[in-house]
Amino acid sequence: MTRIKINGELDHHSAETVRKYLDRAILKSGDHDILLDLTELTFMDSSGVGVLLGRYKLFAARHLFLTGANEEIDRLIRLSGLYTVMPQWKEEAV
Amino acid sequence: MKQSATVVFESYSVNEGFARLCAAAFLAPFNPTVRELEDVKTAVSEAVTNAIVHGYPDRVGQIEMRLRASDKLVTVEIMDDGVGIDDVEAARRPFFTTCADGTRSGMGFLVMESFMDEVRVVSAPDEGTRVVMKKKLESKP
Repeated sequence: MTRIKINGELDHHSAETVRKYLDRAILKSGDHDILLDLTELTFMDSSGVGVLLGRYKLFAARHLFLTGANEEIDRLIRLSGLYTVMPQWKEEAV
Repeated sequence: MKQSATVVFESYSVNEGFARLCAAAFLAPFNPTVRELEDVKTAVSEAVTNAIVHGYPDRVGQIEMRLRASDKLVTVEIMDDGVGIDDVEAARRPFFTTCADGTRSGMGFLVMESFMDEVRVVSAPDEGTRVVMKKKLESKP
């Protein structure tokens, strides 16, 4: 499994930069399972959901997981239903 | 205590973060909970992003953010003079988006409605859009 960290704020302004960063990192990884680590992500709005959902669609042949969302980001992810396609990874299970 | 403030800025995407910071700084003296503060910041981000992406798709225009707060209630108004919304009811439907490139989630109004207590949208084609959002603040001892 490859862990990719997303730091800072993910909104419409940063969406394109984050999208390119994720696409490069996922393409570079040979692993089937990709863990997107949101531990250091301090803010995300629905533009961020769009970015993550876009990676799910683009890399349909891989398994993408999410971990480390803070309370506010976790609520947003649950509201969007994103965990149904990018399951929440429990760190204690590593 | 009651207070109000108005901020006007251009529709550059970098101002999404600026608007969030302004709203958070304005609200801080009212001693909001962390959740209240984050909810307002997220809702502001959604409304300002809508104004930038949908209000001014082909030009840079002005966005006005009016903030009002008392110990019990915060009201945020985000206004633009952009292209307006044809069908407000349709635009408010979850996952509705006019962007065909698949980069938008269509969740903007859903997030505003989920994170705030009241959201009102006034808009008409070529007459801009005004989003009014209210959130009750938890009583403090």
